[in-house]
Amino acid sequence: MYKILDKQHLNKDVDLMVVHAPMVAKNAKPGHFIILRVDEEGERIPLTIAEIEGENVTIIYQKLGYSTIKLGTLHIGDEINDFVGPLGKESHIRDVKKVLGIAGGVGAAPLLPQLKEYSRQGVSVDLLIGARTKEHLILVDKYKEFCDNIYYATNDGSVGTKGLVTDVMKDLYANISYDHVVAIGPLIMMKFVVKMNKEYNLSTDVSLNPIMIDGTGMCGNCRVSIGSKTFFACIDGPDFPGEEVDFDELLARQSYYKDEEHECNLRLVRK
Amino acid sequence: MKQPRTIMPVLDSTNRQTNFDEVAIGYSLEEAILEASRCLDCKNPKCIDACPVRVNIPEFIKRMINSDLNGAYNTIYDDNILPSICGRVCPQEKQCEGSCILGIKGESVAIGNLERYLGDFALHSNVKQQFDIAENHIKVGIVGSGPAGLSCAASMRKLGYSVDIFEALHDFGGVLKYGIPDFRLPKDVVTDEINRLKDMGISLHKNMIIGKSLTIDQLLNEYDYKAIFLGSGAGLPSPLKVPGENYSGVYYANEFLTRVNLMKSHKSSSSTPIKIGNNVAVVGGGNVAMDAARTAKRLGAKNVFILYRRDMSALPARLEEIHHAIEEDIDFRLLLNPVEFIGEEYIVKRVKCEVMELGEADTSGRRRPMPTGIFKEFEIDSCIISIGQSPNPILKDSTSKLEVDKWGRIVTNNHETSIPGVFAGGDVVSGAATVILAMGAGKDAAKEMDKYIKNVM
Repeated sequence: MYKILDKQHLNKDVDLMVVHAPMVAKNAKPGHFIILRVDEEGERIPLTIAEIEGENVTIIYQKLGYSTIKLGTLHIGDEINDFVGPLGKESHIRDVKKVLGIAGGVGAAPLLPQLKEYSRQGVSVDLLIGARTKEHLILVDKYKEFCDNIYYATNDGSVGTKGLVTDVMKDLYANISYDHVVAIGPLIMMKFVVKMNKEYNLSTDVSLNPIMIDGTGMCGNCRVSIGSKTFFACIDGPDFPGEEVDFDELLARQSYYKDEEHECNLRLVRK
Repeated sequence: MKQPRTIMPVLDSTNRQTNFDEVAIGYSLEEAILEASRCLDCKNPKCIDACPVRVNIPEFIKRMINSDLNGAYNTIYDDNILPSICGRVCPQEKQCEGSCILGIKGESVAIGNLERYLGDFALHSNVKQQFDIAENHIKVGIVGSGPAGLSCAASMRKLGYSVDIFEALHDFGGVLKYGIPDFRLPKDVVTDEINRLKDMGISLHKNMIIGKSLTIDQLLNEYDYKAIFLGSGAGLPSPLKVPGENYSGVYYANEFLTRVNLMKSHKSSSSTPIKIGNNVAVVGGGNVAMDAARTAKRLGAKNVFILYRRDMSALPARLEEIHHAIEEDIDFRLLLNPVEFIGEEYIVKRVKCEVMELGEADTSGRRRPMPTGIFKEFEIDSCIISIGQSPNPILKDSTSKLEVDKWGRIVTNNHETSIPGVFAGGDVVSGAATVILAMGAGKDAAKEMDKYIKNVM
């Protein structure tokens, strides 16, 4: 069992949790993820590691589906049934001078350790962060500690540009030249970020979050087509160069269990 | 008149398709003794040599006939620590029963059924073997809690070692838990057998991925393990490598079976979903393919068919599983090789197959399937690919000096890997094989580990 040492609401949909998991923390690096099971009947859900401190692992999750909502009902002092990792490959930090990080929604969580690592290695880092409203922005204070500039896009215009991150990208690229972009957020956002960057001849690393079960390369549920090859996001990723990712196929794979997920949510409400 | 082989009672073939209850019910005491009495007690028994862990079969049968069930059980347990499991899943017709003298002219003794009877008897009546373990306080680590790891762990423990088993998943047993379905091997049988090993003093640690949570190097140098056994199995699914394979609705058997067996998605209490539809194709002819097809049927699929590129006689599955699959209306569509999945909006709708014909015998001794240029298409809601597994790459990727062959299988010399003190056995060395072969490898590797440790200390 894995004890919850701290829990904070980052906004009404997103929580941060610090979990005591020494065997996950020991070898964890930026880009690694964990898989947890809330209880004996729980499904295995993957979450990127946001921070490591000593024997403690910080995760950030959006209460969107049955299992994350259930996770959100736990409190400080409660225990999580299973918590395993570090999984996946650590982020590939490229040899560049100026990087733009693009975060969409809760994607700001997995992006944080990666951008921090770029900054630690002396790379100049800017952040473009998008969310539905000002209230949905997360981790901005943490980013302020090392980012040179932070740009905002919100759907309602409550802070920064009213619109999508791609709207801001155009303006940025007109004035600033970046060597590389790291984009993490909803699949649909990453798809359009990559598409635009291709027009600017700009490379983009993305972090993919397909459905996973074991997370160790066993089931193949998380497979993604990149170019003409198939990769398993759990052991080959979750970070990949975005240029050749088949986002449309991945979007279909991700929504394959949407109806079943809905049923599960109904069950949670009834309890 | 000769006594005929005692038939294993089974559940009704129609009703059982609606649940996951175990199909083979097991012998009663009377049936077991009756079957045991058929043994000729040959002067030169062939059955022992045909068993990968060399169970003293004539001896346990003799004890059974004399109603010494405890003694019979202990005789098996000396060589085989998972009798309830092996009695159910071993391909006996190719091993002990295949070499039984009675089988030459008639039917062999049902050794597997007897082994299962004794294993279950011991679990139900809580018979325990007393071990006099002389502790040597030397730590050994076992990677993987499947058949190879469990078997190696038990052998090392009996020699007095402090044994830690590391399991990547949240439950112990490896393929016995995630792979083999309840209707063939009930999960509580697996749990009970593993609990016996805990009673023996073996420690099991879940959620530990060696190569990630801890590396082999850390186990040896930081945590003071004197030797390590790698029994991490063959968990990486082999792809068909055909267009459309990544459409939704196309599963690898590992995913499909893990959703059901490990995550229990067929139960309403589970929060892991499963979706299968009415028309299900299963590609492959081995035990995993039979398990997948029969599981699909139990999840409510109306038409389940096997697509296999050779003919019925070449199916590699255990004979009993093929019989049970036929009884459960699994349709065998033979001499067909899938070449493409056709989908709409990235969801699979049809599978296109090439009709095959049999040519000359290949290296496996079976006639090689040859393409004909003729194609057939089948409407499907889902497809389960069960054409084999290879070892998981995590250990190889995280352990620079660990030598593997081009299929990712760990290279060993007398069970020792390219790293001194690190041993390996089971599917991770042989490629996907059987439970009992993995157990045999684990047991044999333990002897080498013991020798190695005594040498270096």
